[in-house]
Amino acid sequence: MRLLKIVPDNTNIGFVRLRYWAFGLTLLLSIASVALVGVKHLNFGVDFVGGLMIEERFPSPPEIDKVRSTIDRLGVGTSTLQQFSDPRLVTIRLPVQDGADEGATNRVVRTVEQALAKEFPGATFSRYSTVSGKVSSELVRNGILAVVLAMIGISLFAIFRFEWQFGVSTFVAILHDLLMTLGFFALTQLEFDLTIVAAVLTIIGYSINDKIVIDDRIRENMRKYRSMSMSDLVDLSVNETLPRTVMTSVTILLALGAMLFLGGHVLRGFTAAMILGVIVGTYSSIYVSSSLLITLGLRAQPPAPGSGGKAERIAEQP
Amino acid sequence: MLDFPRWKITGIVGVLLIAVLLAIPSLLPERIVSQSPVNLPRINLGLDLAGGSYLLLEADTNDVAAAKIETMRDQIATEMRRGNPTIAIGDISGRDGKLSFMVRDPSQVDAARERLLGIVGSGVGMTGQREWDVEVVDSTRFVLTPTKAGLAQEVDRAMSVATEVVRRRIDELGTREPTIIRQGTDRIVVQVPGLQDPQALKDLLGKTAKLEFKLVDVNADPQQVAQGIAPIGDVILPFADDPSGQRKIALKRSTVISGDQLADARQEFDQQNGQPVVAITFNGEGGRRFARVTQENVNKPFAIIVDNQVISAPNIDEAIMGGRAQIRGGFSVQSANELAIALRSGKLPVDLKVVDESTVGPDLGQDSIRAGILASAVAAAAVVAFMLVTYGRFGVYANLAVIINVFVILAAMAIISATLTLPGIAGFVLTIGTAVDANVLINERIREERRRGRSVVQAVELGYKEASRTIFEANMTHAISGLVMLLMGSGPVKGFAVVLLIGIATSVFTAVTFTRMLVALWIRKNRPTDINI
Repeated sequence: MRLLKIVPDNTNIGFVRLRYWAFGLTLLLSIASVALVGVKHLNFGVDFVGGLMIEERFPSPPEIDKVRSTIDRLGVGTSTLQQFSDPRLVTIRLPVQDGADEGATNRVVRTVEQALAKEFPGATFSRYSTVSGKVSSELVRNGILAVVLAMIGISLFAIFRFEWQFGVSTFVAILHDLLMTLGFFALTQLEFDLTIVAAVLTIIGYSINDKIVIDDRIRENMRKYRSMSMSDLVDLSVNETLPRTVMTSVTILLALGAMLFLGGHVLRGFTAAMILGVIVGTYSSIYVSSSLLITLGLRAQPPAPGSGGKAERIAEQP
Repeated sequence: MLDFPRWKITGIVGVLLIAVLLAIPSLLPERIVSQSPVNLPRINLGLDLAGGSYLLLEADTNDVAAAKIETMRDQIATEMRRGNPTIAIGDISGRDGKLSFMVRDPSQVDAARERLLGIVGSGVGMTGQREWDVEVVDSTRFVLTPTKAGLAQEVDRAMSVATEVVRRRIDELGTREPTIIRQGTDRIVVQVPGLQDPQALKDLLGKTAKLEFKLVDVNADPQQVAQGIAPIGDVILPFADDPSGQRKIALKRSTVISGDQLADARQEFDQQNGQPVVAITFNGEGGRRFARVTQENVNKPFAIIVDNQVISAPNIDEAIMGGRAQIRGGFSVQSANELAIALRSGKLPVDLKVVDESTVGPDLGQDSIRAGILASAVAAAAVVAFMLVTYGRFGVYANLAVIINVFVILAAMAIISATLTLPGIAGFVLTIGTAVDANVLINERIREERRRGRSVVQAVELGYKEASRTIFEANMTHAISGLVMLLMGSGPVKGFAVVLLIGIATSVFTAVTFTRMLVALWIRKNRPTDINI
């Protein structure tokens, strides 16, 4: 059986040559992301900002996805539905509406009530109240602190195991991935809720994995080819790891593609964030973290005296 | 490389077999597992996936008003006495939601008003509204009424503190991932996944955990105390271990130390008789105060009061320095632990009553979960097929490793009875992704080494060796971020971290050691001169 090979052997793509363009683009996109988050804000879901809780009693246990689609058509935000031990009782949580005064809240409640009564004859609306988010400010603070500390920890590890330049470049690259993801959510106004937090954490995870793999190869090549210029060395390393990068990304995108099309609407934001994260993370591994190493002045050890020869390959144990 | 002794193979296969067996209860429906004679450990599914118990707690808002008046009463009493000149006041009382007092010397009424406005004025909230209405009746009597806005703000403050206290208490029970939502002005919705014993939860949340130390009034007339008549300056409180409330004790009204000065509380065992006790540690200020009070009152009894019930009233044998003390009082390990959790998570600013109890379905809804399962199955099939067409035989090994890895993670989570939620599943996806990546790394290395003209055995050996280093670096970084998130985060961040950490440990084993064994066995048996990779 002939096996599939996505990336041809011995590619020689000049990634590093484009790095100043890439830096410019990266900087521009990062500023744009910060600006987007500042101007348009994230569309925080009911998990964060709280909203309305409506209790609805149905004459018989309703089909939940039908209830969900009925409410989604009203354009009042994404709903979270929950059934009680009595499955005819369903609570509907909706995010706070823009400029929520009491009138607006009442309008939303009435709209939902009427739509449900029409779609499900006999459904009665029992009560509504305002609710807080699931996530308190203390939780948000701790979560952000955890992510920041994790980033610092990873950078310290990279400094300790590699060189300081690797620590800095990894930190910058993770920050870049975070900013891009937040910018994407501000731009699309997709709802930002707890599932997205999990997605963002996963994105950071993938992205770190990618960077470490390339970093490791750069370090390895630095020992092998002591007098090669840094930009050639980075290019070589990225090219050598390219089959793996593409393979892994394709595998993950295959899985995420299935989730995007079949996963139902609750997983859609989650999956979209992850797909974006894989693309952004791969880009930043090559164009942010690896290229930054050159700018930060990383260089291979000068050749040991007497070893002679340019670009000599250090012998390996068989 | 080819050197895989029999004991090693037996060991690896044995470990994986046990893990697969341990994972099975989590995969079977609950009603089948519950029929089993032995108690099999099982993964807890989170609220978003499986629902759980639901409690609706309601705060007594009258409490908040009463507490507000009580605080103001103390504040006025001190300020009038402390200021220069001293203003003598009398007949101070808080009744019917109002606070009133009389100024003894009519010529001081204006000064008193001035000083009072200083106190009340400092209480202006963020909205800029006044919190109290002040009026003077009969020319010497002041009446203070909390305004509606002031009360609403007070309730709001109390509720947000209460919500946090409730969250801390449930977090203490383990990786439960509760949902805690404030509903309306005075209610808290608490949902906890898969809780077997809602009563324990109710007991824990029902405690206000107001801890006080007061001196016992030894001169009080026992007969009057039994009738509930307190000497002036005293309060009469019942003992906690007497449900009928007959046994009462008279205590000095002023609290010498309160729970606000606690630094920690833990369940421990008494050194002398091995009984469960609650060991408490005061913070610096509390410790100093505790030392001073015990020093001044050697040989007198003092009472330890939790939620207005006397736990015990021991004699002070000697001054207690160092800020540590024990609460004894006929605890069981469980009740001591509950009290310790309640004390350390802080006092509820308001009493909470359970007004509704139910079970709830999953947050995500059954429909989304079905869609999610279908999508995961298709995604898994796609990955398996893709690995197969790319790496052939080596792809089969990688797939085997990933499938077994899923079982091993499930088993590990079942053993520590972790809760699996959607963020947990994200952690799962990440682990599987990096496990696949580990095999991709290895296989690409083998391809590379073959291209450089190495023999099959050499290429495989080098492939594993070089890739293992990379895999180690990548997993170490992952583990660092996982650990930080586990220690710092709560809720979804913590759930994600738990699965991630377990996955890192297991995936290195399955993706590297296990596949290596399979490859070695195959090469040893067939001695191929070329491999299709």
